[in-house]
Amino acid sequence: MSSLVTPPQRIIVVGNGMVGYKFCEKLVSKNQSGAFAITVFGEEPRPAYDRVHLSAYFSGTTAEELTMAPISWYEQNNITLHLGELVTDVDPVAKTITTHKGEIFAYDKLVLATGSGAFVPPINGVEKTGVFVYRTIEDLEAMLAYAPKAKTAAVIGGGLLGLEAAKAAVDMGLETHVIEFAPRLMPRQLDEAGSETLKKKLENLGISIHLKKSTTAILGEEAVNKMTFADGSELEVDMIIVSAGIKPRDEVARKAGLAVGPRGGIEVNNQLQTSDPDIFAVGESALHEGMIYGLIAPGYEMAEVVVTNLIGGEKSFTGFDMSTKLKLIGVDVASFGDPFCTETKGHPIVFEDKVKGIYKRINVSEDGKYLLGGILVGDASSYNMLLQTAKNKIILPPNPEDLILGARGGSAEPAGAGVMSLPEDATICSCENVTKGTICSSIVSDELSDVAGIKKCTKAGTSCGGCVPMLGDLLTATLKEQGKDVKKVLCEHFSYSRQEILDIVKINNIRTYDELLDQYGKGDGCEVCKPAVASILASTWNELILKQATIQDTNDRYLANIQKGGTYSVVPRIPGGEITPEKLIVIGQVAAKYSLYTKITGGQRIDMFGARIDQLPDIWEELVNAGFESGHAYGKSLRTVKSCVGSTWCRYGLHDSVGFAIQVEERYRGIRSPHKLKGGVSGCVRECAEAQSKDFGIIATEKGWNLFVCGNGGAKPQHAILFATDLDTETCLRYLDRFLMFYIKTAEPLNRTSTWLNKMEGGIDYLRQVIIEDSLGICEDLEREMAFMIETYACEWKEVVNNPELRKRFQHFINTPEPDPTIKFRQERGQVVPVVK
Amino acid sequence: MIQAQNSDASLSEVTTWFKAAEVSAFPENGGACVKYQDQQIAVFYFARRNEWYACQNMCPHKQQMILARGMVGDQCGEPKVACPYHKKTFSLITGENLNGECYEIQTYPVKVENGFVYIGIKE
Ligand code: SRM
Ligand SMILES: Cc1cc2nc3c(=O)[nH]c(=O)nc-3n(C[C@H](O)[C@H](O)[C@H](O)COP(=O)(O)OP(=O)(O)OC[C@H]3O[C@@H](n4cnc5c(N)ncnc54)[C@H](O)[C@@H]3O)c2cc1C
Ligand code: SF4
Ligand code: FES
Repeated sequence: MSSLVTPPQRIIVVGNGMVGYKFCEKLVSKNQSGAFAITVFGEEPRPAYDRVHLSAYFSGTTAEELTMAPISWYEQNNITLHLGELVTDVDPVAKTITTHKGEIFAYDKLVLATGSGAFVPPINGVEKTGVFVYRTIEDLEAMLAYAPKAKTAAVIGGGLLGLEAAKAAVDMGLETHVIEFAPRLMPRQLDEAGSETLKKKLENLGISIHLKKSTTAILGEEAVNKMTFADGSELEVDMIIVSAGIKPRDEVARKAGLAVGPRGGIEVNNQLQTSDPDIFAVGESALHEGMIYGLIAPGYEMAEVVVTNLIGGEKSFTGFDMSTKLKLIGVDVASFGDPFCTETKGHPIVFEDKVKGIYKRINVSEDGKYLLGGILVGDASSYNMLLQTAKNKIILPPNPEDLILGARGGSAEPAGAGVMSLPEDATICSCENVTKGTICSSIVSDELSDVAGIKKCTKAGTSCGGCVPMLGDLLTATLKEQGKDVKKVLCEHFSYSRQEILDIVKINNIRTYDELLDQYGKGDGCEVCKPAVASILASTWNELILKQATIQDTNDRYLANIQKGGTYSVVPRIPGGEITPEKLIVIGQVAAKYSLYTKITGGQRIDMFGARIDQLPDIWEELVNAGFESGHAYGKSLRTVKSCVGSTWCRYGLHDSVGFAIQVEERYRGIRSPHKLKGGVSGCVRECAEAQSKDFGIIATEKGWNLFVCGNGGAKPQHAILFATDLDTETCLRYLDRFLMFYIKTAEPLNRTSTWLNKMEGGIDYLRQVIIEDSLGICEDLEREMAFMIETYACEWKEVVNNPELRKRFQHFINTPEPDPTIKFRQERGQVVPVVK
Repeated sequence: MIQAQNSDASLSEVTTWFKAAEVSAFPENGGACVKYQDQQIAVFYFARRNEWYACQNMCPHKQQMILARGMVGDQCGEPKVACPYHKKTFSLITGENLNGECYEIQTYPVKVENGFVYIGIKE
């Protein structure tokens, strides 16, 4: 058969925003045969970027990182990209477009993806310097340039975009106000109570919220300095961000005579065709059944529909769910299905925790069978499941309140509706339109074992990322179904979890790693199981860890933290941060004598850096003789218990926080645990010891101490949770003994207490039952085991200093006493620093 | 008596057997660093298998003189060492990086005779 060579169809895309880009991506993936010649015009100077995550620009994400695809991608896919070029006219009869440069291009099919612009209400003075909108990277750059001159910013609009803008203002270090015309925040997504919860949370973050305020004028000579409101009040501001809604960019369509809506937007049918069948409109510029979709997922779906129809398939756009979940300034907010119960009859079930700032509402159908929609503020961990339950009309469990209360106990999965109960065609990732069926079969056929693999193979989770937790759940559940072991085993040498090994060690009285490997493991072990077992042995028998030096991580093996260049740091314990002048002098003298770099650490003590391995015992000998002990800065063990100065000196102090911090630090010093442990004791609610960011935090109250647990600074900060209130000293220590021992015995290796709690079924309530109510009947054991640890404590460095055999191990070469000749220092700000090789 | 020869560096190329130290000077199931002229060589004793291995002391990842202080172990039977800095692991037989990165380390044959450990060097 002879094939006629048909010239490619000329497709012109107007607008290179998120949806315009997605359209190109989808079309080229289907354009194998070169049936289309694609030309794209974008008004902005850079290729399409991720507008959804625009705010990340303020916290350091670069324009490059936000870019959807680099310019080279367009080249590789034979797309002609005109950036910085505005399309000014469309001629539907001649089938051409004209750009602002006066150039004319012909098309066979035209796709308008012109998006929208910020809607700026006609307020007097809105043209003044210092008034911004928030839509493009250029807008952000302009704001960043202006912000250093400003102190106070107001955002006009308390909707989704307005609150995003408020976050940006906070990130720029400005005192921030949000002005909303409606009586509540996010009026399209939240009800009164939900808005109230969100408002409180935002106010706690220092953002002032003004509701029912209509701006009448913006005042100021040239630059703004004040705004006035309809109720006669005023607000002094020097910067304003208008975020009062969006206005579809329909100007070109309008000029070309295409049908547009009375309030803007290019009218389209279910195939996304405009009133001219060869012209399509997608994204935020398209008006479908009277609706402009200001979200990304429906835009992507529109792109998919047009692509399918262009390649000869059939697909319609029949509306889209407006469910959203977002993290606003660290506060979870979600709204799904019919959040207000206005369209369908049903009754709401509401849960509210004013202390924690959590509001959850679900609307259940009148017969109690189906979930219609709902609102989540403060904790949206159950959003994905709830959304799927509503969308797929899954029959509700007999007590639908479990759906929101169940999630309270820490398990993200609401009772009665696990991920696997979803139908195969349930859309898990609505941005990329990936179903549960696709994900699960990819896990099986591509033999995936992590979420990264799912993202790569299915694209799910690659846009807004909202479905990522659910991908994890699907992965675990699918692997389980396949009978694959999802048990947390230590490594290839031990098919037991850490907790199981701890039991084995204890029950069988195993004292060494080799015994354990002989009886319960295989091979030679590795860098994963050795330190984990070392920690278990130490937490069980509390023997000198150097007895089995080679199973310790290098820091534990040499009782010091290894540094760049191969030297070590020396951190003596300074309990509670309290130190006498005499001891300070000793540290100074030792550091000077051995030319060590000294620094005050973030843990209220002093670190000396740059010690050679052979110097360590000598340095420690001097320190031990002056009364110092190891600070265990190298161990997975207690680091510091920070204190504030407390009642002894501070005019607000209620109790002696320094004394208590010292007592606690000395109680738990040296105890090995799954990860490091940190504590803090503050003398009053002002919390100068930052105790609420620690694994355990103690804060003085009028009546005693409040105990907080499972806080974390570091890479994923998490506030500690109030565990028990107004405790006397003795009870506080008892709870701490139990809590720490329970953690030591049950956590996986290298899980901080926060991670441990996050994974704990039943969450903090369960932990309270175990520790306070002794629901497992183990508290006596826990206390006894802790008492053993406390009694058997001995300073490791003291033992090394006094043991010539152990001291011998601290040398670089085995065949000569010479130090490592490659260690080199230079001077910086009057101290030594390593020369990096 | 050659007790173990554990390197892909072929024995016949060895020109010098460097007498490093007594067996008892080395830790069991761990490593120690030996100075040979201007070189630093890490020597490991796998006591459980009674096997000896040696490799360069410098970790190629960030050029740190450190591998002797690394933890030894095996991956599917292959003896390896994990660098203490960032836990990159290397085969002690081939010197290959087992994390899939493209740098590798030099390994050396080792023999034990009359209670002494010797490292095979080819000049
Ligand atoms: C020296 C110090 C920085 C400073 O100059 O102030 C420091 C230095 C190191 N930190 Fe830190 N951290 C120091 C305070 C902190 C703090 C602040 C605090 O304790 O109040 C935090 C956040 C609080 C927290 O842990 O929750 C902190 C969070 C981390 C983390 C992240 C832990 C996490 O859960 O995400 C690591 C990495 C790890 O442990 O896996 C880390 C790891 C390290 C290591 C051990 C990295 C390493 O392996 O070499 C650094 C060792 C330096 C050394 O040789 O001494 N450091 N590190 C601080 C020593 C405090 C002390 O006196 O012991
Ligand atoms: C700060 C912010 C936060 C957001 N957060 C979320 C969120 O959390 N979740 C969510 O779902 N959505 C969010 N959105 C909305 C989402 O970004 C939009 O739905 C999406 O960007 C719409 O894509 P689009 O391609 O239709 O329009 P746009 O991305 O606006 O792209 C249109 C492009 O066309 C160009 N253009 C217009 N007219 C012409 C012309 N005549 N000639 C040439 N080029 C032209 C424009 O310059 C623009 O670059 C957010 C938006 C903003 C601004
Ligand atoms: S923050 Fe990073 S670089 Fe700084 S001390 Fe801690 S671990 Fe080292
Ligand atoms: S320096 Fe060895 S792993 Fe990084």
